[in-house]
Amino acid sequence: MYKARLFASKHARAYEAMYNASSPVILASLRVLSKIVKGKLDKPITWAEKKTKGFLFDCQMCGNCVLSTTGMTCPMNCPKTLRNGPCGGVRANGNCEVKPEMKCVWVEAWNGSTKMKHNHKIQEIQFAVNNEHKGSSAWIRLANEDVKAK
Amino acid sequence: MVSDESIKINPEYVYHPGNPLSQLDNHVSRGRFERVLKRGEFAVTTELAPPDSADRTEVFHEAAMFDHAVDAINATDGSGANCHMSSVAVCALLAHIGYSPILQISCRDKNRIAIQGDILGAAAMGVCNVLALTGDDVSAGDQPEAKRVFDLDSISLLTTIQKMRDESTLLSGRKLTEAPAMFAGSTINPFVPPVKSRVSQMEKKIDAGAQFIQTQYCFDMPMLKDFMSEAVDRGLTERAFILPGVGTLASANTAKWLRSNVPGVHIPDSIIKRLSGAENQKKEGQKICVELMQQVKELEGVSGVHVMAYKQEQFVAEMVKDSGVLGDRKPWAPRNEY
Repeated sequence: MYKARLFASKHARAYEAMYNASSPVILASLRVLSKIVKGKLDKPITWAEKKTKGFLFDCQMCGNCVLSTTGMTCPMNCPKTLRNGPCGGVRANGNCEVKPEMKCVWVEAWNGSTKMKHNHKIQEIQFAVNNEHKGSSAWIRLANEDVKAK
Repeated sequence: MVSDESIKINPEYVYHPGNPLSQLDNHVSRGRFERVLKRGEFAVTTELAPPDSADRTEVFHEAAMFDHAVDAINATDGSGANCHMSSVAVCALLAHIGYSPILQISCRDKNRIAIQGDILGAAAMGVCNVLALTGDDVSAGDQPEAKRVFDLDSISLLTTIQKMRDESTLLSGRKLTEAPAMFAGSTINPFVPPVKSRVSQMEKKIDAGAQFIQTQYCFDMPMLKDFMSEAVDRGLTERAFILPGVGTLASANTAKWLRSNVPGVHIPDSIIKRLSGAENQKKEGQKICVELMQQVKELEGVSGVHVMAYKQEQFVAEMVKDSGVLGDRKPWAPRNEY
């Protein structure tokens, strides 16, 4: 939802705190779950992630989530799907070159990021999306990576 | 069609693609452009609009207009999302007779597989410079029904170039028997929102491997001054060569059209007022460009200037000369040398 997305960038500090508090809980419970059911619940978990993040951030389910580094703004809403900052075509009013009625995703991201505690994260280089993960759950992948790491 | 004979090219260069020079210490490429910058000269670059044609002589004639006025020539890659001769081909043709072309790569039209192949191919044909761009959106051009790719963005592209050159591998990790020795650059637009983020954005590009930066058209000196002084304060001018972009406006109406129709072009009202008040608007536009070049040269931390004169390419050499930014230096050119 566009409005919810703008709200997220405006309140990026609170969202960041919420994200930092909730993501270990979500990942820990998924880790336990994945040990018990071994992938049987992947579909409903992916559905839940899609619905939650879709409502909050207009999540496009790229499967390579970087929300915490982009001012709580999903960069996949940029028509050019830029992951490392704005292009040079942003309009003088801060709106998108391609969609004049939409605020530039990276203007939102920059504003959001300046409010966040870990605002240096926006400077981290994000390599291009791994398209193999498109449509899959970033939560499950992160939980599984944790399982493997342990 | 113009015959090849009408273009006098030193045969010595014809069989040495790109006239690659010897490899110097602390240089990544064997090209002339990197050498000029690293010698500390004030460099001038310009842009060649690839023709809507399959005739290579059109490329040579356009390039010849810049002889002895510029150190490197950008070959645009489907600029404005319009199809023209490919930038790889234009660069190969130019490198073949000794010019120092800059291969522009836009992320709009090709995925990472195609882009890596182009980098290898261009390097094999003697192209020593590459410029990573995001690219205008397909909707800006005359084929808006095309599919937009944007598999990489400019920073991922810089990462890719750096990996291929310095680690001699493809993104997959597969080894290259010969790495592409390319001097890599990118662009920045200091004049559009989020203005405050633009120095950070440039820093990110430098972190990702940009060794030189060309900016979007500058018509607003105070804004460029702020941008450059922050870049100097943050040490970025020590890490990359910055070449602000300047351009020439044919008339006040062109300027108005540009700023409302071309994404990312910022032209202050004062410039439009000056143009509309002039007797000869075209001449006034060139005068503004010359003044901007001179002002750019005075800025701290600047390594050169990038002159964009779309459809006014024939005036570039004269404007560079009038500005005096090159001093006594005469950039190399492949003709009139013998």
